[in-house]
Amino acid sequence: MTAVLVPAACAAIDDVAARVPPAGAWRPVWRKLRRRRSAMIGLVVVVLFVAAALLAPWLAPFDPIETSWSAIRKAPSAAHWFGTDDIGRDVLSRIVWGTRASLLAGVVAVSIAVALGVPIGMTAGLVGGFVDALISRLTDAFLACPFLILAIALAAFLGPNLTNAMIAIGVSATPIFVRLTRAQVLNVKVEEYIEAARALGNSPFRIAWRHVLPNILAPVIVQSTLAIAAAIIAEASLSFLGLGQQPPAPSWGSMLNTAKNYVDNAPWMAIWPGLAIFLLVLSFNLLGDGLRDALDPRQR
Amino acid sequence: MIEFLVKRIATILPTLAFVSMLIFGLQQLLPGDPAVILAGEERDPNVVAYLREKLHLDDALPVRYGYWIGGVLQGDLGESVRTQQPVLDLIVQKLPVTIQLAVMAMMIALLIGIPAGIASAVGRGTAWDVGANAFALWGLSTPNFWLGILMILLFSVQLGWLPASGYVSPFENLRENLAAMIMPAFVLGNAIAAVLMRHTRSAMLQVLNADYVRTARAKGLSERVVVLKHSLRNALTPIITLGALEFGTLLSGAVLTEQVFTIPGFGKLIVDSVFNRDYAVVQGVVLVTATAYIALNLLADIAYFAANPKLRA
Repeated sequence: MTAVLVPAACAAIDDVAARVPPAGAWRPVWRKLRRRRSAMIGLVVVVLFVAAALLAPWLAPFDPIETSWSAIRKAPSAAHWFGTDDIGRDVLSRIVWGTRASLLAGVVAVSIAVALGVPIGMTAGLVGGFVDALISRLTDAFLACPFLILAIALAAFLGPNLTNAMIAIGVSATPIFVRLTRAQVLNVKVEEYIEAARALGNSPFRIAWRHVLPNILAPVIVQSTLAIAAAIIAEASLSFLGLGQQPPAPSWGSMLNTAKNYVDNAPWMAIWPGLAIFLLVLSFNLLGDGLRDALDPRQR
Repeated sequence: MIEFLVKRIATILPTLAFVSMLIFGLQQLLPGDPAVILAGEERDPNVVAYLREKLHLDDALPVRYGYWIGGVLQGDLGESVRTQQPVLDLIVQKLPVTIQLAVMAMMIALLIGIPAGIASAVGRGTAWDVGANAFALWGLSTPNFWLGILMILLFSVQLGWLPASGYVSPFENLRENLAAMIMPAFVLGNAIAAVLMRHTRSAMLQVLNADYVRTARAKGLSERVVVLKHSLRNALTPIITLGALEFGTLLSGAVLTEQVFTIPGFGKLIVDSVFNRDYAVVQGVVLVTATAYIALNLLADIAYFAANPKLRA
């Protein structure tokens, strides 16, 4: 870049800098992503689960919480495709409705983590100095507590229910986003277009919002997709331990918790909810891996 | 080396201080008066008064933290409301069980993860690579409590080969102990094997393209020697450092695995204390876990530093 900048050139640079990742920049990503069969399979399965969650009232053949004393632990049949549970509820209906808890937990928890982690990470990266040191040490402290154990502790102190489980998972996942964002900001910060934007007298907030944020978005999106997978497992784990969705509301984790007591005489109670978790998590992982390959050329 | 150690330890101290504040702060999340909640269902006014006094609840927050951390530094993690036992004793009792589980799981993970990673990197693009990657995805996407239930279904219920639960101390009967621990260890090791496979694969891919490996090949060394001696040895350092980070996954996983197989370890302790509203035990477990994690990462860093001559220069 030349040392002397005329105002018009500055404006042009500012303009270009702001438009570095315009909406159109995503088109090649989508093209690359579309070529990855595994990522596309992941995307399709995720969409199917989202549809199941939205259409649960119409898709589920039975009421998910209605008990039937005449249909206790019945093996899969024409009437109950996935069988019934220990108090005669239809397993298929509970799985369809349980999709809501799992997807909601995954998306809400990760939204919390992104909403907290990205601004904090940007502050650390952009402000630097003492603020950075403080945020980094705090992040280390959070990361030192194993993810699920921290989530269990938070859920325990907040009280066991789905909302608190989502908060606990979201807060526990935040430090990863802080660290990722900070590292990305440090890379982007030294780029010439940021310097140009600063030279033009843009406010730090505007630089952060218009110039830094769009350029660090790609890894954040990849991490979010993978974090949704982890959050879904975490919600299932908390519910399995009794710290998430409370009975009788359906959740895959709590279904497995009950199912483990009946492995010897009603194995279908354990097989289907676990398979649902596995498929949904696998799909998010496939999608996340595909996005990473499409967005990050170094991975290939 | 000394300089590195001093610097590294200097960054740990504030982290440990923050960890302790974080864990102490958990108490603030309790809705309502901690003394009343900690007193349990009975809410005996004497117990409430005793707890209020003992936890210094009438003092300001920083003062209370001072009392608490002062105790922690002397090994006093408080006492269980349920059993009146010191929390540290409870943890020390349960810890060996979880350590055995974790060590067995790590061994299984290394035995599966590293060979799979090597096969995948060496045979890049072949069926081996596809198979190893599929295994890694399976490992990362399977909730380990579900895998545990499925294994119980197969090996305990259907085949009757292994007990579904019933922990026996290795000092009492080693055979029965191993029979009870092998399934949980496999379940726990499975997810870590997946992560290790991915680390091994990428570390090996990087090394296999290095000049010294090309030289080794050009010298006419056998592929076996090139892969195992020249490549793996160099790839191993990042694998071990990244592997140490999996310690957290191991402990998180142990909570669930111990729950599925009813193993009386550390994880069972935290879950039971959550349901008994035994908050001091929950705090103690998190504190010990986090401290162990920080210490282990320090060791991994030191090992990395010691093993890498480039960093010492």
